[in-house]
Amino acid sequence: MDLKLKALTKSLWVFHAACSPCNNCDIEILDLLTPRYDVERFGIALVGSVRHADVLLVTGVPNYKTKEILKTLYSQAPQPCLVVAVGNCACGRMMFKDSYNSPCAVDELVPVSAYIPGCPPKPEAMIAGVVKLIQKVRGKK
Amino acid sequence: MSHKVVVPIGPYHPLQEEPEYFRLYVEGEKVVDIDIVIGYMHRGIEELSEHKHFDQIPFLVERICGICSTSHPFAYVNAVEDLIKITIPERALYIRTIIAEMERIHSHLLWLGLAGHFIGYNTVWMWSWRYREPVLDMFEMITGNRNHYAMMKVGGVRRDIKDEDVPILKKTLDDLVPAVDMFKGAVMDDPVIKARLKGIGILTKQQAIDWAVVGPTARASGINIDVRKDDPYGAYDKVSWNVIVEEDGDIFAKTKVRILEMYESIRIIRECLDKMPKGPIDFDVKDIPPGEGIGRVEAPRGECFHYVKSDGTNRPIRHKIRAPSYMNVASNKIAAVGGTISDATITLAAVDPCYCCTERLTVLDKHSNKNIMNGWDLIRLSQEKTEKLRNSIK
Repeated sequence: MDLKLKALTKSLWVFHAACSPCNNCDIEILDLLTPRYDVERFGIALVGSVRHADVLLVTGVPNYKTKEILKTLYSQAPQPCLVVAVGNCACGRMMFKDSYNSPCAVDELVPVSAYIPGCPPKPEAMIAGVVKLIQKVRGKK
Repeated sequence: MSHKVVVPIGPYHPLQEEPEYFRLYVEGEKVVDIDIVIGYMHRGIEELSEHKHFDQIPFLVERICGICSTSHPFAYVNAVEDLIKITIPERALYIRTIIAEMERIHSHLLWLGLAGHFIGYNTVWMWSWRYREPVLDMFEMITGNRNHYAMMKVGGVRRDIKDEDVPILKKTLDDLVPAVDMFKGAVMDDPVIKARLKGIGILTKQQAIDWAVVGPTARASGINIDVRKDDPYGAYDKVSWNVIVEEDGDIFAKTKVRILEMYESIRIIRECLDKMPKGPIDFDVKDIPPGEGIGRVEAPRGECFHYVKSDGTNRPIRHKIRAPSYMNVASNKIAAVGGTISDATITLAAVDPCYCCTERLTVLDKHSNKNIMNGWDLIRLSQEKTEKLRNSIK
């Protein structure tokens, strides 16, 4: 596990799971890949399948339909898999906690390693969040 | 002999950042039928909105969608102002128009980038998102946030555009024009893009009318429809601009409409900045009388419609929302069928679908996959209950 975690901190491959968000966090995540922020410099890349991913980025409040899918996605990811909750919705359900279609929060479904609050979090905040996550993993080592 | 194969796309797939599920029925390379399954983004906003008071709802409806996050509050405040029947200060109208048009620019640049990405032109993606950043910076300067601007409020706007911000805004627009010129050149003159987009995913004028599409999707099929012209709101009747209409109905026409609309948006913002009068930015609304009102806004994707019904309390008793993608997504059934599977990605993305605006909910039986309840069932249930009560009282 130690070696795996050490390897994980080098270049994170990210899978982006949108659990009924408003799209904004998702757009900001894509924004990270584009020239101004360009996180691919640090080896962070968005991958098309969760089976290739080291990190699961979760946005939004899970509803009854995405709840099961999020669990499946997490079980399909190669372990150890870090989960990052991006945005206020994923961190604490925000105002959607009263909705009839919002059964639970993200951290009740999968173990979350880092929370990045904001509506939407600025790309700088997301980079800072990932840096802190890497530091945390290295500290544990 | 035909052999039908189902190609499932989704719900989590690299094609689009939102979860949605397409079932493509293919024969060889040809798409013969398509099913679209949505519902992954449903959050029950209409119902939530009935539990919030009138001033909280702009915050909520802004979060219907992150890309059209001005269109929904704009349509909502239009609906409430229609209900109260007030005229709001002129300066607020201009500020609303500026914000809405800036949103159109950023949304069209975003779509252009994604469309480039779908056909394998990542350069277009990177360039258009690079030029989208200054627009977001302007939003941050004016409103304090890159997305979710929170500018709309019943009776006016929340923040003023400061006089010292106006030259910076104008300079950003001046810098944006060469960039849009570049995209126009890159898309119109590039033989590969032409070959990929021309004659693909055609929606003829009649089909567009039949499927009731709205916004750039309709305008690319030769229908001159634009809420900004047909039913002016904000300051759109006070500035001069043109509706862009293309006749072909293919994806190339849709791209062209969006690129040319960016020029019109820049023109509108410039004229609004020049004409914007001094004065108050909001009207103090004391109470909301009983009644109903509608608000329509031309969102980047088409007509966005809000209906609000009030009973005189501080909360609406009904808030109905119809987002543009609700109409446009269904037209994929015409546009994608008959094309090849490699064109399906760009065809499905060509209407600029926004699923989080569109989501609806229905209750299904897990085993038979049948609708458990529809509107008629609910009416029947209600009538049965009345009947039961009547019998019990007898």
